[in-house]
Amino acid sequence: MVSLSEFGAIFAMQGFNGLSVFCVLLLMALGLAIIFGQMGVINMAHGEFLTIGAYMTYLLSKLTTEYAPSLQPFYFFAAVILSFLVAYGIGYLTEMLLISRLYKRPLDTLLATWGLSLAMQQTFRSIFGAKEVSATLPDWLLGSFKPTENIDIPINGVFMMTLTVLLTGTIFLLLFRSRWGLQVRATMQNRVMSGAVGINTSKVDRATFALGCGVAGVAGAAFTTIGSTGPTSGSLYIVDTFLVVVFGGAQSLIGTIASAFSIAQTQSTAEFFLTGSMAKVLTLSAVIIILMLRPQGLFSVRVRK
Amino acid sequence: MHAAYEKILGGRSGLTGLLVLAALILLVFPLSLDIFRLNLVGKYLAYAFVAVGLVLCWGYGGILSLGQGVFFGLGGYCMAMFLKLEASDPISTKIQSTPGIPDFMDWNQITALPAMWQPFHSFSFTILAVLAVPTLLALIIGMAMFKRRVGDVYFSIVTQAIAAILSILIIGQQGLTGGVNGITDLKTLLGWDIRTDSAKLILYFVNAGLLFGCILIGRFILTSKLGRLLMAMRDKEERVRFSGYDVASFKVFVYCVAAMFSAIGGAMFTLQVGFMSPSFVGIVPSIEMVIFAAVGGRMSLLGAVYGTLLVNFGKSYFSETFPELWLFLMGGLFIAVVMVFPDGLAGVYQNQSKRFMAWRKRRKTSTLSPSSTTSATSAPVKTEKISNVLEQHVIDTSNLEASK
Repeated sequence: MVSLSEFGAIFAMQGFNGLSVFCVLLLMALGLAIIFGQMGVINMAHGEFLTIGAYMTYLLSKLTTEYAPSLQPFYFFAAVILSFLVAYGIGYLTEMLLISRLYKRPLDTLLATWGLSLAMQQTFRSIFGAKEVSATLPDWLLGSFKPTENIDIPINGVFMMTLTVLLTGTIFLLLFRSRWGLQVRATMQNRVMSGAVGINTSKVDRATFALGCGVAGVAGAAFTTIGSTGPTSGSLYIVDTFLVVVFGGAQSLIGTIASAFSIAQTQSTAEFFLTGSMAKVLTLSAVIIILMLRPQGLFSVRVRK
Repeated sequence: MHAAYEKILGGRSGLTGLLVLAALILLVFPLSLDIFRLNLVGKYLAYAFVAVGLVLCWGYGGILSLGQGVFFGLGGYCMAMFLKLEASDPISTKIQSTPGIPDFMDWNQITALPAMWQPFHSFSFTILAVLAVPTLLALIIGMAMFKRRVGDVYFSIVTQAIAAILSILIIGQQGLTGGVNGITDLKTLLGWDIRTDSAKLILYFVNAGLLFGCILIGRFILTSKLGRLLMAMRDKEERVRFSGYDVASFKVFVYCVAAMFSAIGGAMFTLQVGFMSPSFVGIVPSIEMVIFAAVGGRMSLLGAVYGTLLVNFGKSYFSETFPELWLFLMGGLFIAVVMVFPDGLAGVYQNQSKRFMAWRKRRKTSTLSPSSTTSATSAPVKTEKISNVLEQHVIDTSNLEASK
C-alpha cells in the first residue's frame, strides 16, 4: 500500500510539474496568440516584452523594500499592473514606428523585430547589468502546501496557475465577448470591409499589438515568482512560444491552450524518462512532424480569403 | 561560348562586378593583410557561402530559411569528424583509457568508436557526406513543407525550430559530438598540417575559388528559365501554379542548392578555423547569416559576399572596441536594412550608378545638341508618355539586373 501511495504522489507531482510548464507556455503564448495568431505579425521581440515585465517587477520589489517595507506583501499586484502598462506603452510605440510600416511584408517584420530584440537586450544589459536578478518575493508566495505526506505543492506555482486562468479568461472575454474584440476580429478577417463599415483599422491594429505586448509583460511579472531574470531570458522562450501558437492553429485561442497543454505534458513526461535536453528535442521534433502532417495546426478557423 | 558569357558571367556589367570582387579577394586581401587577418577574411568568406545560398532561396525564391546554420553546421561537423579521427590516432592519444578515439569520447566514458563515426575514416566518404547529408536533410524538410504548401512565415518558424533542435541535440549528446565545446584540436588533413601559415594561405585560395564556383552556379540558375520561374513564384505563386508548373519542386530544388552551398561553407570554415562548435548551428547564428545577405542585397549574389564581409568586419571591429555598442548597431542594421534599404548595398549601388549614368547621358546630350530640347517641347504629351513607358521598363528590369 505504501508503494502505491508513493506512486500516486509521484504521479500527482509529475502532473503538477506538467501543469506548471503548461502555465509558463500558455502565459508566453497568450500575447503571441493575439499578435501572431490574430494579426499575423511575427514579433521576434516578444520575449523581450516578457523581460520588460520581469524587470519592472524586480524594480518595484527593490523600491518597496527600500522605501516602503510595510507595503512589501502587496507590491506584486502593483507590479503586475505596472508591467502591463509599461509593456503596453512600448508595444504601442513599436507598432507606431516599426510594425505599421511593414504589414505587407511579414518576413521583413521578422527581421526588423529581431533587430529590435537585439537592441532591447543590450538596453537591459546596460541598465540592469548582465547578471541575472530576482525579485524579492512576498512571504505569502513562499512555502508549499502539503495535502499528504508525499505531495508537496509550491504556492508560487499555484499563484501562477491562478494568474494564468485569470489572464486567459480576460483575454477570452476581451476578444470574443466585447465590442472591441469584435472589431479586432473583423479587422483581421477583412481589413477593407471593416474600414468600410467604419472601424478605424489602424487604431485597432495599434491597440491589439500593444495589448499582446502588455500580456507578455504580465507573463514576465509572473515569471519572477519561479525564476530569475537576465537580459536574454525572454529570447530563450521565443521558439517554443511560436511553436505553441503555430501548433495550436493561429487565430484559435482554444487551440493555443490545447497546444500549450499537450506540449507541456509531453515535455514533462519525457523529462521523467530522458534527460532534459533529449526531452526537449523529442517534443520539438514531434511538434514539427505533426505540423508537417497538419500545417494548419490543431484547431483552425475557416476563413474565406 | 557567347551564351555562356551572357548566362554565367552575366554580360559586361556582370563580368566587371565579378572581376572587381575577384581582384579584391584574390589580390588586394592577400597582398595587404597578414596571415592572421587573411585567415579571418577566409572565415568570413566561408559565411558568404551561406549568404549566396540565401540570395538564391530567399531573394529569388522568397523562401526565408532561418535555419541555414543547420546546413552550415552539418557540413562543418562532417569535415570536423574526419579531421578529428585523423588527429586522434592511437599514438597521439595513448594517454587515454581507450587510445584511438577522439578525446571527448574518452572523457565521456565511451570505449569504442560509435558506428556513426566509422565511415568518417575515409576522406572520399567525408566529402560525399559534406555535400549529401545537408542536402538530403533539406530535401526531406523541403518535401514535407512545400508539398503541403506550408506558407513562408510558417516555414521560417519551423526552420528556426529545426535549428534549435539540432543545437540542443549536439549539446546534449556530448559523447558523440563533443557537446558545447564542439570538435576541437583539429590538426591535419590527409597528413597535411592545416595549422601552418602556408596551409592557411592555400586554404584561403581554395575557399575563394569554391565561393566563385558557387556564385557562378547561382548565376547560371538565376539566368536560366528556372530563375525566372523562381521570381514569378515569389511574386505570384498561385499564378505560376495555375500555369501548370510544379511550384513545390522548384522550391525544394532551390532550397537544396542553398543548403549545399552552406554545407560547403561549413566544411571550409572548419578547415580554416580548426574547430566546429554548436555555436554556429543554433538560431542566433542562423539569423545573423540572413542579415549578411540582407545587408549585401537579397537580390545580388555578389552583394551577399560584400555584405558578409562588411557585417563581419563591423562585428569584429565593434565587439573589440565598443562591445556594448555592437548589439545596438546590429539591431539597428536589421531595422535599417528592412525599412530604408530593402535591397541592401547592391540596391544602393544600383541606384547611384543609374543616377550617374543618367547624369552622364544628360551632360552628353546637352553638349552635343542643345537644339534637341526645342523639338521635344513641340510635342510634350508624347515625350511624357515615352518617358513613362521607359520608367516602367526600368522598374520591370530591376529584378533581372540585380542578378548580375
